[in-house]
Amino acid sequence: MENKGLTKVDLIFESIDVRKVMTKAFEMTSDEIIKEILDSGLKGRGGAGFPTGLKWKYTAAEKEPEKYIVCNADEGEPGTFKDREILDRAASKVYAGMAMAGKAMGSKKGFIYLRGEYRFLLPQLFVELHKFHKMIHEIGYDFNIEYRMGSGAYICGEESALFESIEGFRGEPRNKPPYPTVSGLFSKPTSINNVETLVTAVMIIDKGAKEYVKLGTKDSRGSKVFSISGDTPIPGIFELELGMTVQEFVNEFGDGDTKAVQVGGASGFCVPRKRFADTIIGFEGVPTGGSMKLFNSSRSMYNVLHNYLDFFAEESCGQCTPCRVGCQQLLKGVEKVKKGEAKSTYLTELVKLADTMKVASKCGLGQSVGNAFRSIVENFREEIIY
Amino acid sequence: MVTLKINDQEVKVAAGTTVLDAAKKLGVNIPTLCNHPDLCVAGNCRVCVVEQTGARTLIAACAMPVSEGMDIHTNSLKVRNARKHIVELLLSEHRADCTKCYKNQKCELQTLANEYSFGEHIFLDLVEDHPYAIDRSSPAFLKDDSKCIRCQRCVRTCAQLQHVSAIAVSHKGSHMKISSFHDRPMSHVVCTNCGQCVNRCPTGALTEKTYIDQVWDAIYDTDKHVVVQTAPAVRVALGEDLGYDPGERVTGKMVTALRQLGFDSVLDTDFTADLTIMEEGTELLTRLKKVLVENDHSMALPMFTSCSPGWIKFIEHKYPKMLPNLSTCKSPQQMFGALAKTFYAQKRNIDPSKIVSVSIMPCTAKKYEADRPEMRSSGYKDIDFVLTTRELAVMIKQAGIDFRTLEPTHYDSLMGTSTGAGVIFGATGGVMEAALRTAYEIVTGKPVPFNNLNITPVRGMDGVKEATIKIEGTVDEWKFLEGAELKVAIAHGLVNANKVAKAVSKGKVNYHFIEIMACPGGCLGGGGQPIPTSAEIRQKRMEAIYSEDMHMDLRKSHENPEVLAIYKEFLEKPNGHKSHELLHTHYIERESY
Ligand SMILES: Cc1cc2nc3c(=O)[nH]c(=O)nc-3n(C[C@H](O)[C@H](O)[C@H](O)COP(=O)(O)O)c2cc1C
Ligand code: SF4
Ligand code: SF4
Ligand code: SF4
Ligand code: SF4
Ligand code: FES
Repeated sequence: MENKGLTKVDLIFESIDVRKVMTKAFEMTSDEIIKEILDSGLKGRGGAGFPTGLKWKYTAAEKEPEKYIVCNADEGEPGTFKDREILDRAASKVYAGMAMAGKAMGSKKGFIYLRGEYRFLLPQLFVELHKFHKMIHEIGYDFNIEYRMGSGAYICGEESALFESIEGFRGEPRNKPPYPTVSGLFSKPTSINNVETLVTAVMIIDKGAKEYVKLGTKDSRGSKVFSISGDTPIPGIFELELGMTVQEFVNEFGDGDTKAVQVGGASGFCVPRKRFADTIIGFEGVPTGGSMKLFNSSRSMYNVLHNYLDFFAEESCGQCTPCRVGCQQLLKGVEKVKKGEAKSTYLTELVKLADTMKVASKCGLGQSVGNAFRSIVENFREEIIY
Repeated sequence: MVTLKINDQEVKVAAGTTVLDAAKKLGVNIPTLCNHPDLCVAGNCRVCVVEQTGARTLIAACAMPVSEGMDIHTNSLKVRNARKHIVELLLSEHRADCTKCYKNQKCELQTLANEYSFGEHIFLDLVEDHPYAIDRSSPAFLKDDSKCIRCQRCVRTCAQLQHVSAIAVSHKGSHMKISSFHDRPMSHVVCTNCGQCVNRCPTGALTEKTYIDQVWDAIYDTDKHVVVQTAPAVRVALGEDLGYDPGERVTGKMVTALRQLGFDSVLDTDFTADLTIMEEGTELLTRLKKVLVENDHSMALPMFTSCSPGWIKFIEHKYPKMLPNLSTCKSPQQMFGALAKTFYAQKRNIDPSKIVSVSIMPCTAKKYEADRPEMRSSGYKDIDFVLTTRELAVMIKQAGIDFRTLEPTHYDSLMGTSTGAGVIFGATGGVMEAALRTAYEIVTGKPVPFNNLNITPVRGMDGVKEATIKIEGTVDEWKFLEGAELKVAIAHGLVNANKVAKAVSKGKVNYHFIEIMACPGGCLGGGGQPIPTSAEIRQKRMEAIYSEDMHMDLRKSHENPEVLAIYKEFLEKPNGHKSHELLHTHYIERESY
């Protein structure tokens, strides 16, 4: 087990000369930019963890003259607030990532899909966007960015639902294939990246992939921004090198009485105390889009689970059967078991149902409901039943 | 071509084929619910999930294109477990009181439930948690949300085929449902009552509003004289609900069955279809004369046909400015109704208040049409009850009639005689063809210059068809049309109707006469026709319609002896005073939501 320990880093918020890095990228070829990103091993920071370099490569390979770069700033995962912080403190680096991606993939148009609740950030973001456009046009870029607002539905953070939403339709995930790199926004090849992914790409181009890969592990290169909440004396935003164990994380952020950590928000996994030491935070262990929520022994894991299920039953888009009905069944099921109106063995049926949801749901939402469900029910069974 | 394996059998299919269709080719059946051959892929019910070796999740066979070397298993343990769960999940949200349900034994969910869910249900009942509503406001159909599996076939139908979007998905999560604009009653939105959604709903969530019991009551009431008319498209589709393959013509047997059911007189809408041609043809020629010769623009061109009540409501909502372009002719059903309680009553010496007028229609919008307040020109409700083809099949079954063994018989004579021109009203292009057969002959004194009177350019399933007929050798009265080119267009399915209407409203096309049918394929694909429907089935019905036409002795409306007689004895002349009173109508501007 490759284990890096807990190290704080400062890449995402580091103030850099954006003009300099944009000039550097302008002088690189499309292939050179993509190669740097591929070599860095960067994986998407929005949750799914798809290799960013590959996504860019596939999009670049499409022959279609019209392509789009979309920045996913919907940030709806409960317990995540890092993208807001990044936009607030380093917006020009987000724009830089998009323009660079545009250069690499032959796209002239970018959209930022901003979570509706973050509307208050817009005035400042517009000021910076205006400056940014002016600067890159001086360098010679032919690229423009527009904002589109989300309307409070968690599912609109899912990439294809996000496209539907921008196109003016109801936010329902599409069938895949075709993947966005082939047919995304307005059915054109589209590269959609998380806010943090784009900023990280800028830092990779700035420092070079060689330097970047020194951070993190083989499967989880680099560092990432964590949104830390729950029973911790120091909640907030922290950038940490990838590759630490949950134990090391808890040593730093716990309150001395941590019994579980929910890694990756509602769609992530619940790690119980007995697994802290052998669970790595990263793609080789428990991946996370950034949300880390700590629970101490005063917490009822039944309530934790109930909250998540309530959230999913509300936030499922409702189009597909396993997810729409499955969420309702899991929620009602644990309620009945808790009240003693269903046998505790019914939990076994529910775990099987969660497995069906994982393999048969149409999108990542339904497919990941089982993560929290299984990990909480299996590790805290008594708390659910009694 | 792509080669893949399904259940260890190799199959070669064209790139772009779905796994579902590839499996079909091998005779491997994968269950489906949200999938429909007329609609775009949704991939939301998930009952079609299958296992692809090496894939992280199961895949939806209806939505997944094949790829080279794919290895698919449609019946693995993983697949069976998931499928059973999915069917059970659907049932847990569903008020499954099948014995009370109109779709009992004709329901795709029930069929799957029979295969996958017997004995104890695994999951908890969620019906009590949902505030399900039944919307009975439309005179044409019911919407029962407790029977809805959210497959969105109706939504896709309404948007894609009909360009109406009267229904859409609203809310998310457990509250997700199919709604109208602001949850208004279906009677108070842009819905055209076309019933295309009803035709494609896999369950009992959308069903026609049935009047079977009322019709039985009328039949049993000895004080009442019950007349029944059958629309042209019914005879080529009824068989499908009675065990025949699509495309079987059952006209004579149907007439016998209706008689056995106890109707006092079995008559034919085709008769008033012929009459419509006389009225509408004359109206067209009058409009042409007024606009082209006399430069009198009090009448509008192009003229749209008006026999499809779904289309009428569509244009009333969406293009009210073009209402003057609609022919003022009532539909054949309503002409029949108005005459049944006037002409027919007089001739048969029956008190019209004792007549109950029933029509058997391929259409749900006709139920709505019969209820329109304008449709009372006989002094009574011109049509009392409209039954769909499907409802007639139910009555025949209820009566225990062995349909196959019936001897074919003929329609009764008063308002029962028709021509091939009346029959082809049932197919898209048919009204146009019938009108041309008559108008051309009126104007030139000669039959239309097409082999066997078959005006093939206006036939077929293209969404929008255009034709130009050059008029030569005119008789004196119509000299002004000599050498003129009559430009016509035909559209079926409201999405195509909309294309034509839009082009007309923008002045982009200069047609003289346009036939519009609200349903795909025309009435033969109507919302009251047997379920299922598909392009193939509609094609078969269409072939049957044209073959019915070819088998008729008379094939031109103006040669129908009963039509000639009614003008002589009762109506005087086409577009005359009496016609206007009984056979023509007006339209209403409606809001567009
Ligand atoms: C239900 C759901 C919600 C999501 N919400 C977000 C989100 O708020 N922000 C985000 O970046 N990605 C979100 N994603 C992931 C996106 O679909 C997509 O994978 C991501 O934007 C790709 O960017 P990345 O490769 O840079 O991570 C969500 C996925 C699902 C299934
Ligand atoms: S899994 Fe859930 S959120 Fe995703 S498409 Fe299905 S119902 Fe919608
Ligand atoms: S819709 Fe189907 S399953 Fe439901 S009650 Fe009716 S017949 Fe039964
Ligand atoms: S009846 Fe026709 S118009 Fe009305 S909702 Fe159904 S498909 Fe749409
Ligand atoms: S009403 Fe019928 S067609 Fe529409 S979603 Fe429900 S079950 Fe499907
Ligand atoms: S039939 Fe394939 S998902 Fe519904």
